[in-house]
Amino acid sequence: MRPLNGGKHSPPLARSHLTRQNKGMNYPFTLAAQSLTALPSGAIHWPAQNLLCVSDLHLGKSLRMARRGGSLLPPYEVTATLTKLDADITATGAKHILCLGDSFDDAQAETDLTPDHRIWLTRLMAGRAWTWIAGNHDPAPLTLGGTNKNEATIGPLTFRHIADPAQIHDISGHYHPKARLKTQSRPCFLLDKSRLIMPAYGTYTGGLWADDAAFKTLITPPAIAILTGSQCLALPLTSGSQTRRLR
Amino acid sequence: MGICIGRSGHKGKRKQGLCPARPTLYLGGMNLPPPLTQWLATRGWSLHPHQVAMLYAAQNPATLLIAPTGGGKTLAGFMPTLAELGATPPPGLHTLYLSPLKALAADIRRNLSTPIEGAELAIRVEDRTGDTTQTQRRRQRADPPHILLTTPESLALLLSYPDAPRIFANLKRVIIDEIHALAESKRGDQLMLQIARLQTLAPGLRRVGLSATVENPPALAQFLAPEHCDILNADPGPAPDIAMLHTDDAPPWAGNGAHYAIPAILAQVANHKTTLIFHNTRAQAELFFHALWLQNEGNLPIAIHHGSLAREQRARVESAMVAGQLRAVVCTGSLDLGIDWGDVDLVIQVGAPKNVKRLVQRIGRANHRYNAPSKARLVPANRFEVIECVAALEAVQDRTLDGDPRGPGPLDVLCQHILATAAAGPFDADHLYAEIKTAGPYAHLQRPDFDACVEFTATGGYALRAYDKWQRLMLRDGKWTLRDPRTAAIIRQNLGTIIDTETLKVRLKNRLGGMPLGEVEEAFASTLTPGDTFLIGGQIVRFDGIKDLTVEVTRTPGRDPKVAVFNGTKFATSTLLADRVLRIFQQPNWSNLPTHTAHWLALQREKSNLPAPGRLLIETFPHDGREHLTLYGFAGRNAQQTLGLLITKRMEEEGLAPLGFVATDYATMVWGLDPVLNPITLLNPENLRDGFEVWLAGNAVMKRTFRNAAVIAGLIERQNQGRRKSGRQATFSSDILYDTLRRFDPDHLLLKITRTEALSGMVDFARVEDMLTRTQNNIDVNHLPHVSPLAFPMFLERGRIPVLGKGIDRLMADEAARLMAAAGVTDPSPPATTPARNP
Repeated sequence: MRPLNGGKHSPPLARSHLTRQNKGMNYPFTLAAQSLTALPSGAIHWPAQNLLCVSDLHLGKSLRMARRGGSLLPPYEVTATLTKLDADITATGAKHILCLGDSFDDAQAETDLTPDHRIWLTRLMAGRAWTWIAGNHDPAPLTLGGTNKNEATIGPLTFRHIADPAQIHDISGHYHPKARLKTQSRPCFLLDKSRLIMPAYGTYTGGLWADDAAFKTLITPPAIAILTGSQCLALPLTSGSQTRRLR
Repeated sequence: MGICIGRSGHKGKRKQGLCPARPTLYLGGMNLPPPLTQWLATRGWSLHPHQVAMLYAAQNPATLLIAPTGGGKTLAGFMPTLAELGATPPPGLHTLYLSPLKALAADIRRNLSTPIEGAELAIRVEDRTGDTTQTQRRRQRADPPHILLTTPESLALLLSYPDAPRIFANLKRVIIDEIHALAESKRGDQLMLQIARLQTLAPGLRRVGLSATVENPPALAQFLAPEHCDILNADPGPAPDIAMLHTDDAPPWAGNGAHYAIPAILAQVANHKTTLIFHNTRAQAELFFHALWLQNEGNLPIAIHHGSLAREQRARVESAMVAGQLRAVVCTGSLDLGIDWGDVDLVIQVGAPKNVKRLVQRIGRANHRYNAPSKARLVPANRFEVIECVAALEAVQDRTLDGDPRGPGPLDVLCQHILATAAAGPFDADHLYAEIKTAGPYAHLQRPDFDACVEFTATGGYALRAYDKWQRLMLRDGKWTLRDPRTAAIIRQNLGTIIDTETLKVRLKNRLGGMPLGEVEEAFASTLTPGDTFLIGGQIVRFDGIKDLTVEVTRTPGRDPKVAVFNGTKFATSTLLADRVLRIFQQPNWSNLPTHTAHWLALQREKSNLPAPGRLLIETFPHDGREHLTLYGFAGRNAQQTLGLLITKRMEEEGLAPLGFVATDYATMVWGLDPVLNPITLLNPENLRDGFEVWLAGNAVMKRTFRNAAVIAGLIERQNQGRRKSGRQATFSSDILYDTLRRFDPDHLLLKITRTEALSGMVDFARVEDMLTRTQNNIDVNHLPHVSPLAFPMFLERGRIPVLGKGIDRLMADEAARLMAAAGVTDPSPPATTPARNP
C-alpha cells in the first residue's frame, strides 16, 4: 500500500474520520448520502433499511472441485460460511439479507446442499426478506425461496454482481478484492465517491489485488480500501498512474 | 577423463583401500569387455581399488560405496554395467542412474561417452531430466537406451505412466549417485519408494548407492536396502590442505558479503588453475560476483553459477569450465555435487560453512587428482563466522563429521506415491503395502498408517464423508482405480517433493522476445518499480515491467543495484559446530582466533557475558524504537525458531505486544513494543509445554509446513504458470484450509503429518525442552542499554517471522491511520456533497 501522490486532489483530512476508525471494529461510511457500515467479516450493514449485504459466498466450492476430478478439499466451507453469516445476522438483527451473486459456486451446488445446510439456510431465511442477486457462477437459486433478481435498486443504491462502469452509486462483488498492509494480505472493500466493491464473503475464496487493472475503470481516486479481518482498516488506494503492485 | 580413472603412475603414493585390489583385470568371472581393457591399457590407466571392488560386488543385491569426492566413484558404479553390457549389448534398459542434480546427469553422459566411444562399445547412454524435450522423452519411453541417466522427479513421472512395466521389465541395475545428499530430504524418501516399485517391475534388480564420506554408513545402507546391503569403503585419501584465507583487512563486524577479502581472493585465483568460490546463498553469490568483477583488474576469466540462472547461462559456464577457459567460478550449492567440472585446484568457501560434512565434500571439489590433497581456504564474512570457521577447521582436522538421523519416511510423500501408482494403473492395497515395506524409510510402516494414506488419496479422509460420490480413487474389482482417468494428468503435474517459492522468469526486453537470464522470487518482483535495478547473472539490469508473468529488464551498466532475493537453500549450522563454537567461547583467551575476533569476544565478555555450555544467556536492550530480547540457546536453527514462537506466544499472553522474531543456529531475537522485564517467567518448561499444542495451531511455521505437506500429498495443486495466469480469484491461500481443518476436522491425516514434521524437523520441540531443562536454574539475564556485540549480527539475519497478535493489530491500525493522514484522504463520499460523476 502506498499513499496517494501528494494528496493534490484530496480534501483536507477530517480528524473525526480517524477517531471514528479507531473506535470500533466496524467501519461506517457514506455512499449516495446513505450511512452504511462495513463489518470485519466482509459484510455491509445498512441500518436505515436494516439490510445486511454479503457477496460471493461460493457455497459448494469444494464439492464442485471434487466433481471435476480436482483436489478433495476439506468439505467444511459451507459450514464455516454459514456460521459467519449466522453470526452477522444475529449481531445486526438485519431483516433483509441481500446476497450479491455467486452465492453458490455453480448451479448444482444448490441441489447438492446437505439436508443440514438446507435446514440451516431455511432457518436463517425465515422471517426475513432475502434477495438472491444472480452471479456469473450461479443463476439465482430455485428451490430455496427468497427473491431472485439480476439487480436490486433500493433507494439511491443499486446492488448488482458485477460493477457497471457506466453507472454510479452501485454496490457490487465479483472481483474479490484484497490488499496487503504490513505484510498481511486481507480481503477488502474498495470504496470511491460513487461505488463500493465488496470482498468475497465465502471461506474458500481467493482474490484480486486492489491494484489489478480490472479496477482501473471502476474505482477513481480518491478512494480507499477497507481491509477485513480482526478489524476493519481503511487505507488510501494508490492512484491509477501508480504501477507498483499493492502487495 | 583423469577425473574418473586413476593414472597408474600415481598409484604408488596411494594407501591401500579397504577393498580387495588385484594386479590384473581378471575379476572373478566379471570381465571388462576386452575393448575397454585394451583402451584403458593404451591410455596407461588402471582402475582404483574400489572400482575393482565394485566389479567383484556386481552380483550383490545391494551395495553402498563410500568414497571421497573425486574418487571416481561414479565410474565405479558404472563398471559392472559396462562389463555386463559388453561390446555388443542386446537392446533394452539395463541400468538406471539417478542423481540429485540434472546438470550431473548431463555431465555423467559426457564422461561415460569417453570410455564407451574410446573402446568403441555399442552402448547407448541418454539423460532424461526436466530439460529433456517432449519428443525425446516420448522416444525414450518407446525405445529406452541401455543406460538412462535421470533425476528422482523424472523417474517419478516415468513410473506414473501405464507403460512403466514394459520400460523397466529388463532393468538390471539402479545406481543412486550422491545418495548421502538425497537421503537428507523427502526426495530420497520418494526415490526409495520408486526403487521398491522398480524392484517389483524387475525382480532381479540390483541396487547401488554412491556416497561421499558420511558419519553413519550403516544407516545409509539401511536406507538403500533395509534387508541387506554391503558397504564398500574407498580409501579416504590424504588429509586436505585447509586453512583460513589470510587477508590484509579484518572481516567487518557484521554483514555477509566478505567483500573485504576480494583482493586476497583474486590473488589466490591468479595463483591457481581453477578456483571454485562457494557461497551459501544465491543473493550473496550475485553480490560478491559483482564486487569481484569491479576489482578484477587482471581481467581474469571468472563466471557465476547458481540455480536461479537460466539453463542456457548455466550450460555456458559449465562448458567453459570443462574447456578450461575459466580461472574461477562464483557458485552456490549448484556445484556442490557431482564429478569435477575441470581442473579445480582450489576451493574457497565464503561465509560460515555451517556443516562440517558439507565442507568436507566441498573441499573435495578441489581434487582433480584422487591422491593429491585437496586445497581449501575459508573466508568468514564477519566476526561471528570467524569463530565458526575456526570450529569447522578443527573439526575437519579431527575428522569428525556431523549429522542428525532422520526419522521414518513421511506420510505426505507416501500419499503422493500412492497417487502416482494409481496414475500408472489399478493397484491392490495389500501388494502395495508389502512393496512399500521394502523401501528403507518405510520399512517400519504400520498398516493403519498406510490405510489412512490410501483413504486420504481416495476420499480425502475427512470425518465428514462428503465425497463418496466423487472419490478420487474407487475400489473396483478389489483394486484401487482412478475414478476419472483425467485425474492422472493432474497427479503427474504435481509430482515431486521440492516445493519452490513462486518465481518469475527474467528476460531481456527486446522485439525478438529477449534472452532469458534466470528467475527471481515473485515476492521480490512485486517490490520493484520500473527503473529499479537489480543483479542477476552478474549483470545489473533495470526493471521495465512484468508482462505475461515474465519480468522484463534491460541492461544498465554501472549503477548501484538493488539485490535480487533468491530462494537459495539456507543451511543450518550443525549441532557439532554449535557445540564447538560454545567451547571456543570458554577459552580464557583466544590465541587460535584472529586478533579482531578475540577483541570482539573480549568486548562481549566485558559488556555482557559469553554464552556457556549448560547455561542460558538472555539479553534485553532497546534498539531502533523496539524492545529486543535475545536468547543464546545454541540449540540449532529449528529449535531456536520454535523457542521464538513459544516465547512470543507467552509474551502475547502477558500483553507484551511482540511483533516478530528471528532465529539463527545460536540465538533467537524477539522484538516488540514493550520491554520484557522478567524473561525467566517466560521460560518455565511446564508453561511452554502446556501452551505447545495450542500454539501448534496458529503459527506461521506450522502453516508453511502444512502447505508443503498439502502440496506433496496432493491436497492442493502446485501453482504452475498456466494456472496462475487463468485468474487469481480461483486460487486461495492454503492457510484457509489449515484453519478450516483445525476447526472442523482436527484429527485429519494432514494435520497429523504437519504435527509430526513440526515436532522433529521444523519445530524440534524435544531440543527446546532439553535445552530449557538443562539450563533451568542457570539463566543469566543481562538488561543492556544497547545492542550487545554478540547480538549485533542478528539484525542482518533474513527469515524474520512476524507475530500476528495484538502488536500487529496495533501497528496495522497506526500504519493505516498514517497512510490516510499522509494521503490527506478522508471519507471519499462525504454526505450530501457527493459530486456526481458523468454517468
